[in-house]
Amino acid sequence: MSKDIRIKKGLDIKLVGAAEKTTTRSVLSSVYAIKPEDFHGIIPKLVAKEGAEVKAGDTLFYSKSDERILFPSPVSGKVVEIIRGARRKVLAMKIAANSTQEYKDFGTKDAAKMSAEEVKNHLFASGCWPFVKQRPYDVVANPNQTPKAIFVSAYASAPLAADLDFTLAGKEAELQAAITAVSKLTEGKVHVSVGANSNSPLAKVSGVELHKVSGPHPSGNVSTQIANIDPINKGEVVWVITPQDLVIIGELLLTGKFNATRTVALTGSKFSKPQYVTAIAGAIIADVTAKNLVNDNTRIISGNVLSGKQVKEDEFLGYYDNQITAIPEGDDYEFLGWTAPVFNKISTSRALTFSWLTPKKKYDLNTNTNGEHRAFVVTGSYEEVFPLDIYPMQLLKAFMYKDLDEMEALGGYEIAPEDFALTEFICVSKQPHQSIIREGLDLMREELG
Amino acid sequence: MGLKQNLHNLKEKYKGTKMAPAFNAIHTFLYLPNDVTHGGTHIKAADDLKRTMNTVILALIPCLIFGMFNAGFQHYAAIDSSLRTDVLANFFTFDNLWIGIIKVLPLVIVSYAIGLGVEFIFAIIKGHEVEEGYLVTGMLVPLIVPIDTPLWMLSIAVIFGVIIGKEVFGGTGMNILNPALTIRAFLFFAYPTWMSGDKVWVYDAVNKAGTADAISGETILGAYAQNHEVVYTIWDKFFGFIPGSIGETSTFLILLGAAFLIFTKIGSWRIIVSTFLGAAVMGFIFNQIVAAGIITDSSKFYGLMNTVWYEQLLIGGLAFGAVFMATDPVTAAQTTKGKWIYGFLAGFMAIMIRVFNPAYPEGVMLAILLMNVFAPTIDHYVVQGNIKKRLKRTKVKTA
Repeated sequence: MSKDIRIKKGLDIKLVGAAEKTTTRSVLSSVYAIKPEDFHGIIPKLVAKEGAEVKAGDTLFYSKSDERILFPSPVSGKVVEIIRGARRKVLAMKIAANSTQEYKDFGTKDAAKMSAEEVKNHLFASGCWPFVKQRPYDVVANPNQTPKAIFVSAYASAPLAADLDFTLAGKEAELQAAITAVSKLTEGKVHVSVGANSNSPLAKVSGVELHKVSGPHPSGNVSTQIANIDPINKGEVVWVITPQDLVIIGELLLTGKFNATRTVALTGSKFSKPQYVTAIAGAIIADVTAKNLVNDNTRIISGNVLSGKQVKEDEFLGYYDNQITAIPEGDDYEFLGWTAPVFNKISTSRALTFSWLTPKKKYDLNTNTNGEHRAFVVTGSYEEVFPLDIYPMQLLKAFMYKDLDEMEALGGYEIAPEDFALTEFICVSKQPHQSIIREGLDLMREELG
Repeated sequence: MGLKQNLHNLKEKYKGTKMAPAFNAIHTFLYLPNDVTHGGTHIKAADDLKRTMNTVILALIPCLIFGMFNAGFQHYAAIDSSLRTDVLANFFTFDNLWIGIIKVLPLVIVSYAIGLGVEFIFAIIKGHEVEEGYLVTGMLVPLIVPIDTPLWMLSIAVIFGVIIGKEVFGGTGMNILNPALTIRAFLFFAYPTWMSGDKVWVYDAVNKAGTADAISGETILGAYAQNHEVVYTIWDKFFGFIPGSIGETSTFLILLGAAFLIFTKIGSWRIIVSTFLGAAVMGFIFNQIVAAGIITDSSKFYGLMNTVWYEQLLIGGLAFGAVFMATDPVTAAQTTKGKWIYGFLAGFMAIMIRVFNPAYPEGVMLAILLMNVFAPTIDHYVVQGNIKKRLKRTKVKTA
């Protein structure tokens, strides 16, 4: 029996450049990179040295705070460069891939027969633990805590997001194996959410509580679903795994290989042919987007337009990302742009902006901020796009003045930065909501644990 | 390309200097800046604070234009009361508008020049950008003062209001009291004879007082407070062909502005509706007190208490306050529930002060200022409700 979750508040941002449902296999890149900053809050301790030969699945580094949490190489090859920043911080480890891939053999497992401890140890050893993230704080899960439930959102509602029904098709066996395994890690339920009209392979797996979500973005955000199903209270922990990462865990169990290959959506108006490609986590962007990108004043984003990260062509696909977006840069002035009627941009207000007249129209938005940074002035607008039972502006302000009691009391445990992407999008004061939330969550984690 | 490129080059040249905020303010007025997103969302919605403020100004323009015509109309009608027999024919004339031009426009210009001047100076000294708050304040101020307010008086009040009402709190978005009402309150307490009574509401009434040509400019509220007969019809009151502050008389145009603000989602409909509701309830209570015979026509409160509750909504500055002042998002309550409470109490108090303050029969300004002070408290309790709900859910109890 599935349960319905209907979200009323939110905003679907319709953009041009949705990926066409064809998949091409991208070439094996010559170079891959793993960036420790993709794993927020982890301080890396390097294992592999420059010049070392690694197989796919071999450990590159581990977490300083918990030596069991290993981070594996996505490909086999040679560690060619360790890029460091200020104070010798490791920014990226570059691996030159071999032309034929070799995988470290972790041995096939029957998930049904494994104990919770065995599952955990297997995830540690294979470097799959970083796929398990936790709320509160939206970081790699702390294995010493027991989650009250595990959440999987198989419905992506972000602008131009990869269609998970499409990218997961045919992965039923992997998903089932992974779900069977991870369900041992919690005494509670494994909650899986799929779109209301979806044909998701995850709707067929057993051993989960299935939910059908409908409504505008952020209905697909896992926080939105958690808040509706089983909200996080002080002292509680839930774990979150994305379906595309479950596939990797499933393949590990079924074949013994760590294969970080994903189906990545190339989306946005600056792709000449938006479509899906298969690529391995950490691939160099230029290879994934090969011959498809219009390079004229383009912003490339690893992830979606709301919470992705800006990258250049010689940079790398984010470890968790299954989408690359390319949109035009908006670095131009617009004559009287603050007051002239607006037809080509999206707005939730109707202040001489006319996107409300064409709710189905797809827009080609650029990266212009459409205004300057200001103090919070307008009230009541965030609430329209923010479906959680939280006062978004009051919480943001508490996060800015860093009153830990208030941060905790107003719902700080229930949120991730991506939940504030829509409020940031519509903010007339152009405040950086997501970075305010990220900083505040880091402080809470440091002070409250 | 010429102007755009030149401005861009100047912007680069001034970057980081003390004059940068002043230059940016002028630059961004002409051109939406070329800033792009860094971190966070890569795309942003179309509207910014300038557009928000501009929308409020658009909503005020009809009140301003009507006020300019009304300035002349009230002047000539006070001299020749026969003009009132056919208002429509005698209202939209160039003679009327001319008085508006020579009396009202200078108020607007002085308000903006002085107010923005203070803002620019603060922006340069404190190194923050010139924020848009004063764009609306600057338009509100001339609309809520009597027509004969001397320009020097307005200047002093604006300087006081912008500095004490806003900049000392950190500028736009940080203030506790509505700056426009702070300016109005300063005028009211510093120069009371210029802000109330029966001489200031009609152009030239002050000058002609005591002469053979003396003209009366009593407002409706003034007349009721003195238990005088009121000569205007209910439609005069609704459409605003009556003496009063420049932009406050036409309830019809104010409601038109309200409709625009609500439609554009810039103004809070909750505050507007609840303020009218609060005022209506208080007015109705007073009507019942009179009906019950507790107050008789010998009482000094009789005239205002006996005013029918819906008429209370049409006269004085109530509608203007409800639509353009109480809704100021910075100083009003910020939570949805809080907005209902805040608006209701503002309307309720406005009529109460109006009736019980015989020296100054208008309560909207004081009621809204009072509620500005209480708004954070209202929000605090609303937010506490959310916090309690979350605490109740918690299963793990900690010491």
